[in-house]
Amino acid sequence: MTIPTAPAPHPGRFGRWGGRYVPEILVPALDELDRAFRDARADPAFQAELAGLLRNFAGRPTPLTRCRNFLAGSGLEIYLKREDLLHGGAHKTNQVLAQMLLARRMGKTRVIAETGAGQHGVAVALAGALFRIPVRIYMGATDCARQAPNVFRMKLFGAEVISVTAGSATLKDAMNEALRDWAASYGDTHYLVGTVAGPHPFPTLVGEFQRIIGDEARVQFLEQTGGALPDRVVACIGGGSNALGIFRAFLEDPDVALVGVEAGGAGLASGRHGATISGGRPGILHGAETLILTDGEGQILESHSISAGLDYPGVGPEHVHLHETGRVHYELATDDEALSAFRQLARDEGIIPALESAHALAYCQRLARTRPAPARLLVNLSGRGDKDLAHVQAGLEENPP
Amino acid sequence: MSRYTRLFDRLARERRGALVPFAVLGYPTPARSLAWIEALLPHADALELGLPFSDPIADGPVIQTASHEALAAGARIDSGLATVSRLRAEHPELPIGLLVYANLVYQPGPERFYRQVEAAGADSVLIPDVPAEEAGPYVAAARQAGLAAVLIAPPNAPEATLALIAKLGSGYTYVVSRSGVTGTERGAGRPQARLFETLRALGAPPGLVGFGISSPADVRAALAQGADGVIVGSSLIEKSRDPARLESHLHALAQATLRTVD
Repeated sequence: MTIPTAPAPHPGRFGRWGGRYVPEILVPALDELDRAFRDARADPAFQAELAGLLRNFAGRPTPLTRCRNFLAGSGLEIYLKREDLLHGGAHKTNQVLAQMLLARRMGKTRVIAETGAGQHGVAVALAGALFRIPVRIYMGATDCARQAPNVFRMKLFGAEVISVTAGSATLKDAMNEALRDWAASYGDTHYLVGTVAGPHPFPTLVGEFQRIIGDEARVQFLEQTGGALPDRVVACIGGGSNALGIFRAFLEDPDVALVGVEAGGAGLASGRHGATISGGRPGILHGAETLILTDGEGQILESHSISAGLDYPGVGPEHVHLHETGRVHYELATDDEALSAFRQLARDEGIIPALESAHALAYCQRLARTRPAPARLLVNLSGRGDKDLAHVQAGLEENPP
Repeated sequence: MSRYTRLFDRLARERRGALVPFAVLGYPTPARSLAWIEALLPHADALELGLPFSDPIADGPVIQTASHEALAAGARIDSGLATVSRLRAEHPELPIGLLVYANLVYQPGPERFYRQVEAAGADSVLIPDVPAEEAGPYVAAARQAGLAAVLIAPPNAPEATLALIAKLGSGYTYVVSRSGVTGTERGAGRPQARLFETLRALGAPPGLVGFGISSPADVRAALAQGADGVIVGSSLIEKSRDPARLESHLHALAQATLRTVD
């Protein structure tokens, strides 16, 4: 008897989303990366070297911290997965180290990357210093201005930072410029994409190397609660790598609700936001069929968010699939809500979150106001807020709360 | 028989390669776009026209800037296609290709988009960010509308990809002579004769070389390697403010398309 089987899904698709919409000249480079990724995954020496770097250089495992004061009395117990304590200041370093090993494995002698908030750029720059590989970072001019400390960090690590003035001068324009560079340089250069967006295999590869966040958090949560799983896991979404990293370890736990929090900017109705799942439509951007911010003719719209890391008019294609299947629930938090959560966590816990991560905390604050049933929430504190201090200070002086 | 087929037949008889200027529809403004394109026509065997896009990742700074200027001046798909219609009415035999980024086709949907393009009178559509492996649905919609689907053959494509390009492509094959994006900064590169031989053996449509062509020497080199013609874009825009220089540049390029008797 033969058992009918569904046709094997295209490896680069999540449902109908994803793919490789890039100039033909980049397809062989993506094939080469895909092969290196699959070989490395099966290579114990690669896994051992990566594990050693994550432990002894980057500082894994990162702690799981139960909040003492934040939302105390609301019925919500908040546990923070402390990616803010990872070397480099955010979760980005996890997968950057893995891709640096892949770059070396492929014999590449130069690495390029795009960055929004600068956290990915910092991670690539510090890894470039460690591996002695020259690094060039493309960063929108607007982002260079609002995340100046990270520009300085990248330069300290010896990276070249190119300020991109085209278009909205933010993350999407930096990614355009990195793709253009790669179309000319793929022979000796690896393009180290920083999130679960872009053409296949990046969404799969970056998601897999970020999964360590969720795997660790799951074990730590079980330990600290005497065997319970979280009721909800909450993470902010720009491209979506920190969210996918923590969600992937809980996808098979039906009682664990998963919540992604997008950048609501000035509010969905204002049109000034970065909420592509809540407010976007299907389209093609940066190599993938996904949800994007576009006008009816197909011109890409400028996103808006107080946090540079969420200021992107696209989202990783796997998130769109998880949205469609209903496994992950997508919410948003506005600029003001994120700022309020930023200040509250600092005051309550002695922790300054990245403005990106503050969106996930803002969702928790909003939930707390609904007088919810007691619940344990696991929040991915994806990065620390040092990079945001000057920007937030200027904002607070302009508009005191 | 399509306009492209008739063109390539005629050029073979005349022992010439095709000179195909590229222009951004709506550049410098929607109102002045037609005049700019007409200035290119005296030496044009066919036209390649780009609909401006906010994020043109296959283009260098010259065409990016021209695209952003056109959009800022109010260029839309409708105004671009209206210019195509005007050109078609005045030049019934001129092959006109459209270059358009994927999201502009995706938003209305390929069927609707290709019907509009066909109604405007264009002959082909090229989508620079849809490689052969993703091109199936777009090629099918193009054929359905009676349009040729042009695909890009880069120098690094494996033979299996070239075979797919030969199978799916029609009108002409856009042969990229070097890595990188459009523009004159990195020169034209030297297309490999082997690439043309392989494409010909696979039955691909005639090959036009683009990316970085800016001098008569580039044109002669491309033809010597086996190209059926060249596409020139950025170097024309760079001379857009000086009509006399543009005219002499085009004239020199056109002279270089004459194949020397060997």
